[in-house]
Parts: sequence; C-alpha cells; structure tokens
Amino acid sequence: MSSTDSTEIAKTDDSSLASDLDKSLSDSISKKFSNVEIAYVKPDRIRVNVKKEEIIDVASFIRDELNFDHAESVSGVDYPEDKQIEVVYHLGSYTDASLDKKILALATRTPREDNPRPGNDSTKLPSLRDVFPSVSFHERECFEMLGVYFVGHPDNRRLLLPEDWADIPPLRKDFRIKGR
Amino acid sequence: MSNQVHPKDKEILPGLQIEKVDDRIMTLNVGPQHPGSGHMRIILKIDGDYIVHTDPDPGYVHRGEEKMAEYRNYITNIPHLERPVIHDSCNILYPYCLGVEELLGLEVPERAKYLRVIAAELNRCVYIEYWLAIYGIFLGHSTMFMWPMGDRELCIDLLDKMTGARVTHAYFVPGGVRNDIPPNFEDVCLRQINYFEKRLKEYADIFYDNPILISRTKDTGILSREDAIKLGTTGSVLRASGVDFDIRKKEPYDVYEELDFQTNVLKEGDSYARSKIPWLDMFESCRIIRDALKKMPKSGSVRVKLKPKPKGGDTEVYRRVESGRGSLGMHIVSRGLPQPYRLKISVPSFRNLIAMPHLLTGEKLGNMPAVYWSLNYWPVEADR
Amino acid sequence: MVDDLVISKQSKGLTIIDQVNSHNANVFIGKLGDILFKAVDKPLGMALNWGRLWSLWPVHIETACCSVEFGAASGPRYDVERFGIIEAFGSLRQCDLVVVQGTITRKMAPRLRLVYDQMPEPKYVIAMGACAITGGLYFDSYNVLPGIDGILPVDVYVPGCPPRPETLIQGCMLLQEKIKRMKPR
Repeated sequence: MSSTDSTEIAKTDDSSLASDLDKSLSDSISKKFSNVEIAYVKPDRIRVNVKKEEIIDVASFIRDELNFDHAESVSGVDYPEDKQIEVVYHLGSYTDASLDKKILALATRTPREDNPRPGNDSTKLPSLRDVFPSVSFHERECFEMLGVYFVGHPDNRRLLLPEDWADIPPLRKDFRIKGR
Repeated sequence: MSNQVHPKDKEILPGLQIEKVDDRIMTLNVGPQHPGSGHMRIILKIDGDYIVHTDPDPGYVHRGEEKMAEYRNYITNIPHLERPVIHDSCNILYPYCLGVEELLGLEVPERAKYLRVIAAELNRCVYIEYWLAIYGIFLGHSTMFMWPMGDRELCIDLLDKMTGARVTHAYFVPGGVRNDIPPNFEDVCLRQINYFEKRLKEYADIFYDNPILISRTKDTGILSREDAIKLGTTGSVLRASGVDFDIRKKEPYDVYEELDFQTNVLKEGDSYARSKIPWLDMFESCRIIRDALKKMPKSGSVRVKLKPKPKGGDTEVYRRVESGRGSLGMHIVSRGLPQPYRLKISVPSFRNLIAMPHLLTGEKLGNMPAVYWSLNYWPVEADR
Repeated sequence: MVDDLVISKQSKGLTIIDQVNSHNANVFIGKLGDILFKAVDKPLGMALNWGRLWSLWPVHIETACCSVEFGAASGPRYDVERFGIIEAFGSLRQCDLVVVQGTITRKMAPRLRLVYDQMPEPKYVIAMGACAITGGLYFDSYNVLPGIDGILPVDVYVPGCPPRPETLIQGCMLLQEKIKRMKPR
C-alpha cells in the first residue's frame, strides 16, 4: 500500500474545507500509529489506510479514544491489477454529539488470488467483530461476495447467495456478467 | 452437546450442515412461505414455547444490485437502484443522487431541493403506512391492515401527480428532479396532507391504545440503549431505545436545516415503542411537507443539464440520508469512468437485522411476529 | 355386486344383465360409470368451475417487490376480494392460486417449486411483473432466473414493473375467463 500505488485514491483539495475537529482526529491517529496513512481529510469524512496486522489496534484506539462506536457499512473493493482486495469500514458515532456528522473510513488491504478458494487461500483479514459487534453480518456478506475470510469471526457462513453457489465470489472483477 | 455439528458434516457446504437432533429442542423454519416472515427464512430452535436460538436466513431476493451497478452509467443506474424498496424509492435514490452530485460537482437548483424534500417525505409516509398495515395483519388486526392501506393511497396519489408513477418514481436524478410539479399541486397537496394527518390521529384509538396490542407488544423484545448502539442499529429501532439520532437533524442534507420539525425519541426500547416511532414520524413528515410548500420558491429550474455519460473523478464518496427505516448510505468508488467502480448500498434493514437474533432469543414463539416486524425490516432491501 | 346380478338373471328374462358374469363385471360397472359421468359431467363440471372461479385463494408467498402492489390490490381502494380473489392465505394446502410476485432468484426458485408441488389440484399460476415474465430489469443479474416459465406452468402473464393493482385485477379476471372455458378436472 505504498503512496506510489496507481490505484490509490487521490488526495483531494477538500482538506482546506475540513474543520479543526477533522484535522485533530486524523492527527491523533497519525501521532499514535506511525505506519498509518491518512488518505484524505474532507469535511466530515476521514479515510485512514492501515496495514492488516495493525487494524485491530487502530480500531480499538478509534473506539476507545475517539468514541466511534459502531460500523455503518463494510464494503469490499476488488483491485485485480494490484492483486489486492480492499475492505473499507465506515465508522460512526452515536454517543459523542460532536462526531454526529463524521464518518471515519478505516481501510485495509489483503492479497488476492486468481483462483479463489474462499476460506482456504491467503485472502484473509482479522475480524473486527470483537471491537465493533455491528460488523458481524457485514463481514459475513463480504466473505461470500469477495471471498475475504475473516479470522476470528465465529460465523463465516453464507448469507445471501444460494446454498449451492459454486462460482467465484460475484463481486470480484473477474466475475463477468454473461453478455456484458 | 445437542447443537454441535457432526464431525463428518463439516466438509459439507456452509448452510447445509446437518446437526444432531435433540429430543427437547425443535427446529422450526419460519418462511419463506409463511404469513409471518416475508421474503426471508428465520430458523428458530424452540424449547417448549421459548426460542433458544435464532438464525436469520436472508437472501431470497438477492438480485446483485451492486454488481449490476458496475455495468451501468450514473444515469442508467437509477431505475434498478430504487427497486429494493419500491415503496420508499425516493429515499433510496436520495443518497445516490447526493453522492453522484458530489462526484460530478453539481449544484442543485433551490426549487429542486424543496421538491426532493416533499417527495422524500411523502414517500416516507407511503413506506410507513405499508409497514404499519403489515404490522397490523401480523398481529391479526385486520382493520389495521385496511386503514393504512387506504390512507396510503392519498400519498400515492400525490406522488402520482408529482412524478407520474404509483410506486417506482425514478423522480430523483443527479442534478435535481426529473420534472416540475403540475400547476395547482400545492393546494391539492395541502388539502390531502391535512386530511391524512386527521386520519393518522385516529390510529391511536384503534391501534396504539388497544389493550390487546399493548399486552402483545409491551415489554417484548427489549433492546437496551447500550445494545442498540453496540449493534449499530438505526432509524426507529435506535430512536425507540432512547438514542436521539436522525440524519435529517444530525447531518442535514439539502434544505432540511431550514425546515421546522423534531425527532421522536422513546426510552422503552420494546416492540411497542418501536411500533410507535414510525407513526409519530409521519406527523413530522406532514409538518415538513407543509413547511416546505410554504418556503419553496414559486418558480425556477428543477434540474441542471448533464453531459451524456458523465464521468466521476478518481475519488470516493459516502453519503447517507434518513430513509423510512433509518440511515441509508451509499459508498461510491469512482475511477474516472462513466460507471461506478464499486457501489455499496449500506441499507438500514441489513443493519437492523443484526438485532434480530439478539432480540428473539429468549422470547416466546408467539411474540416472534410482533418483535420481528417491529424492527422496521424490509427483506428485499436487506438482500439488495 | 356380482351376486345381485345373478339374482336378477334368475328372476327376469334375458337382458343385457345376462351377459355379465363374474369375469366381466368390472368392465360393465366401469362402462356404467362412464355413462353416468357423461350424463352429469357437463352440468357438474360447470358448477365445479363456477365454484373455483369465484373463490381463488392465492398462496402467501412473496418473492420480490411486486408484493407491495399485491398488498395494495387487497387494500380497500382496489379490493380484489370483490372478484373472489381472497387475501393471501397462509396454508398452502387450501390454496389454488400462485401469484408469482416478481423476481425469482436462484435461492427462491426451488422453494417456489416446492410450494407449487404441495398445493392440491387444480392450481393456477399468475406471473406478476416483468421480472417473473422475462427477468425484466434484472435480465443480466447473476442470481435471477429469466422468467418463471422454466419452473412453473403459467396461466396468465401480468406485465408491468410493478403492475398497477388495476392490471393485476385484470389479470385475475382473465384467469377467471380461462377457468370458465377450461375442461373441468
């Protein structure tokens, strides 16, 4: 996940519009964790890229120190040219009134294989279920849709797809819709 | 011992594992063909009359919206994105339009913003009335099926006049709304909304003050404030547990900042409170519509011109709105193409589904429909 | 039965009964049944069809978003019950109509067929909405069947996305016309 990465989400110029609170939030994360990269700070939207080894520590820090208490969504994005899959947790806060508008996107990447065998290949990430219980179904969905196995998730079962689904996970980019 | 997976069956595909049977525990499949389930299956394990384990099994209407969105450009995505909740179609298109506008850098005309708010609030009423009707029939209260179904048609008529379609409006487009309202719409809308509000008040007598409803829903499926926050629930489920969180107030989009309304919060966290919050929301919707009709600019353009196949930049957006069920977010990843590179729809139904095993386990089986439908859950939306 | 026939042979003269013995009694009675059936078939069959016509009980299986408009059709404004289409019912053993309300996904398809197979004869199928007819808007989705013709025999197609309740009512009336003309089963 180097900064020279061609698919890296470009830093936008919106950072000048961001409030002091946004900046202080991102500063406190970057001060605590040196490896963490702040991808952008837009008004009310912060994105933090972390390595997968660190994600539990960063998530615990965000929960305990910065008061983000639940996950709104977990979206997996497939980048076949980097051979990586990105998982983005959108975190929000109900308890802290000053964070009502803020969404903190916590992104991490995991290697991707061309012939996926969901659960049995190297596409694995540590589960954030112990930190944010609200991600449990989202991670199940991510597992079946992109084949990212969440280590530590007790319930890595199929959720939405039919029981007899034997194709590759459908949201990967090499899964093509017929005729398109 | 009883619920352990047989070691031989571990190799079988997930979801098809055969479990050892206990004499005492009975497994009950509720749905997908069942009047108390909707488009999903709930696998219950019951011990006598009590539910000891709940396993929701959604996905019966999983149509791959997110994959389809990657093959269509920003405009042609509109019709299929509203299908997951066709009776709340304006609100599911709202975050998409806000997100695409942020991507393309569009500025929405002032009149269009008000029209959007009016359409979204009318649609919220349509959704809640349908939800309430089904809640009534779930509890065996047939009158409560007929009344909201009839009153719902008032709002549908208004939306029909406004957009030209009964339920699937496709009214919101990036850069405004599709068309302006017909001439005398304001008067008709005001008259119908006043009558609608009068009807809403009568629901209290027949439904909310009904001792049978109260005895069936009070103190069942209690979701504490801490659990509601921890599980990340949203919308009426969250507000019934005492958390004051409404995106319209907390992160106002379009013109909600200028409109006069309040959010409804109850502290009980039981099924009764969860069933009451949407009803109270409808009064606020009427208030918003009346206020918006008053403050709306009387003329002006309603849509900005777009280039054919507009392209977004190399960035991502996450926008959310308060839909009939709660916070609805869209995460759009753009990579300079006319299509979104990835579109994630973060739907409130899916987020509230997490609370279902938590609430149903330990309840009596007879309380299942009351608790389940009070979660303000629409299975088609959860499956996308 | 055979004993009775023997008695009648003794008491009366040679009639058609005389030709009946214990070997061909079954054939004779079968023929008698045919004659009886032909005599009452037409009026009785019409009565049967008439009865089915005005009490079509749809099974309560929602498959996708068209169920919203199906609900509206049972509501007070459209009130499909006045045409004998009763509000969706829970027990499929007592139902004779499947209204396929929209998209059929690959996960739902075996369940839908299972529901259809468990229903008693005679049974009718209405395909409601563009998705149930051809796959509709979801023609290129990976999890949606291109129409339900492959799994169920459809009687009436109701187009629309979703069809307005009036269209559904028209479809139900078309089905009633069809039942009226059908050979009674």
